[in-house]
Amino acid sequence: MPIITYRQALNDTLGEELARDPNVLLMGEEIGVFQGSYRITEGLLQEFGPKRVVDTPIAEEGFVGVAVGAAMLGLRPVVEIMTINFILVAIDQVVNHASKIHYMFGGQVRVPLVIRTPSGGTGQLGATHSQSFENWFAYCPGLKVVAPATPYDAKGLLRAAVRDDDPVIFIESLALYDTKGEVPEDDDYVVPIGLAEVKRPGTDVTVVAYSRMTAVALQVAQRLANEGISVEVVDLRSLRPLDRPTIIASVKKTNRAVVIAEDWYSYGVTAEIAASIQEQAFDYLDAPVQRVAGLEVPLPYAKELSAASKPNANSLIYAIRQVLAGKT
Amino acid sequence: MAKVEDAARAALEREHVDDLKHYYSQMLLLRRFEERTSEMYVKARIGGYCHLNLGEEATIVGLMAALTPDDYIFTNYREHGYILARGVPPGPVMAELFGKETGVARGRGGSMHLFSREHHFMGGYAIVGGQVPLAVGAAYALRYQGRPGVVVAQMGDGTTNIGAFYESLNLAKLWQCPVLFFIVNNGYGMGTSVAMGSSEPDLWKKGASFRIHGEQIDGTDVLAVRDAVRRLRARAEAEGEPAILDVVSFRFRGHSVIDADRYRDPEFVRAGRAAHDPVRNFAALLLEHAIVDEAWLKATAERIDREVQEAIDFANASPDPSFEDLYANMYATPVPNTPGPEDALRAARINRGES
Repeated sequence: MPIITYRQALNDTLGEELARDPNVLLMGEEIGVFQGSYRITEGLLQEFGPKRVVDTPIAEEGFVGVAVGAAMLGLRPVVEIMTINFILVAIDQVVNHASKIHYMFGGQVRVPLVIRTPSGGTGQLGATHSQSFENWFAYCPGLKVVAPATPYDAKGLLRAAVRDDDPVIFIESLALYDTKGEVPEDDDYVVPIGLAEVKRPGTDVTVVAYSRMTAVALQVAQRLANEGISVEVVDLRSLRPLDRPTIIASVKKTNRAVVIAEDWYSYGVTAEIAASIQEQAFDYLDAPVQRVAGLEVPLPYAKELSAASKPNANSLIYAIRQVLAGKT
Repeated sequence: MAKVEDAARAALEREHVDDLKHYYSQMLLLRRFEERTSEMYVKARIGGYCHLNLGEEATIVGLMAALTPDDYIFTNYREHGYILARGVPPGPVMAELFGKETGVARGRGGSMHLFSREHHFMGGYAIVGGQVPLAVGAAYALRYQGRPGVVVAQMGDGTTNIGAFYESLNLAKLWQCPVLFFIVNNGYGMGTSVAMGSSEPDLWKKGASFRIHGEQIDGTDVLAVRDAVRRLRARAEAEGEPAILDVVSFRFRGHSVIDADRYRDPEFVRAGRAAHDPVRNFAALLLEHAIVDEAWLKATAERIDREVQEAIDFANASPDPSFEDLYANMYATPVPNTPGPEDALRAARINRGES
């Protein structure tokens, strides 16, 4: 099976979906002439032309709203928001409009819309360019929120998202774009929205993660295997709907759980997962659920402060040792 | 003055009598529907917020008279009259206000969120400005797919102060979208007058820096509204040229049914209602020119009163939405790990104290 980058998987999929369905179009800032701020859309303007690959002005509320309205009439826009931080000025269109239109109008109209955007922080981007807001959207009924960790899932979930008739928030990560993985050629697979996956089986502790933190969790699991600690990694892949059965089944098997996410600690994704585990697997737990998340500051620019504010392999290993303390 | 009257007479003579009667009937339907809606609200048959189109009948009927079945309409939350004038029967509209399963949005939307796909009535929206980019997007889709028609983005005067409006103007012009920005200018956004909220109180000028043509129109004159929309609609459809219509009318009552309207001088309101009642003025005009007689007006009023009463009866007799359908239409494409009828029923039993 060919090994390609996460970026290539996204680029290939966008091109294939543009070729497959004439109602699919891409919209976003700098996605055409500039070739994409992170080169996800590289070459697509040349291949498909300006009708299908639409450069927008800096007007997120406006063009996200345009995409929602166009979707209501049958187009299938795939919008790129340069980073998730900029979606805040468009949040009215996503939360008050896209998420509600199908339900609120009694099912008469569909909103087949994808919004792709990288979330999280890397490389000293500072307070306003390093945030994780996927929980804001995962909170909202009517949206679907996915966050693939591997090139394989990126491709399969993006296909599923483009072909889905509901608004899908597709969370990417700058730090994942250059990561590599196996992706089959000539295989029209989709990864279903709403299903988590056990990315690595284990017996001592369950680590629940998504997106870049799944990659961190898999590295940690490999490292701890050398010490004889068997870590099971559950990759959420979808945040809404949330696949609680897969999480709970894993925790019932390992009896211990650590949840890791890049967002802020209070009210973040880890809180939701930990609450679900105590509700549905309380009697199976041999230790309190540990949460690893971002420190609650506007992310400072200074290199050391910035790095120390984000969860990483060390903080995950620390939490795993906490839940394993006393295990015989 | 004589000249004006002559012009009005000449204009009327060019009209089909049946059209004029139809406009009057529609305006009266809107008037009576809203008066009865207000009554039903006070009787607590209707909940939530409820905004009436009283005083805006000519604006609405004139707009709809100029549109074709290909066209699409997006409105704000003061939209009962728009969906009626677009041809949706009063029964399902009243049923929606009553929160019934037979309502135009199956009781999920309410007064502010009416919808009819069949009639291209693409929804009432209740976040000020939110519907404006949606309408531009619909127009974008028409252009993309090479379909005929235009899209109307209806809004109030207060909406012209929010960012979404300006982003929409820019995108509509930039991408040559066939959209009409239809501003129902009744002088007030809730209690804030146009002069208090807009540094440019001539709202039709607000497209100038986007190179969008704008016009002010007398929103109490059904024919003036219709003719302006027809003209600008044709240009939008043929050339992809958006336009702003600043349609001035008089709001008869407070912002919503429960607004006591304390910020407007009662004398101003009384005089405004006396001078600018589009329904009464149109009836007088039709009488004056012998297009209709008193007997026709009386018969029409009786017919419409009956029609509105039947709508109320229909709404009353309609079933409430079933709790097991709570999660129906949550998603258009089903996905795993979502709640279903059983979950809804269990939650309902607990909520009612039955479990």
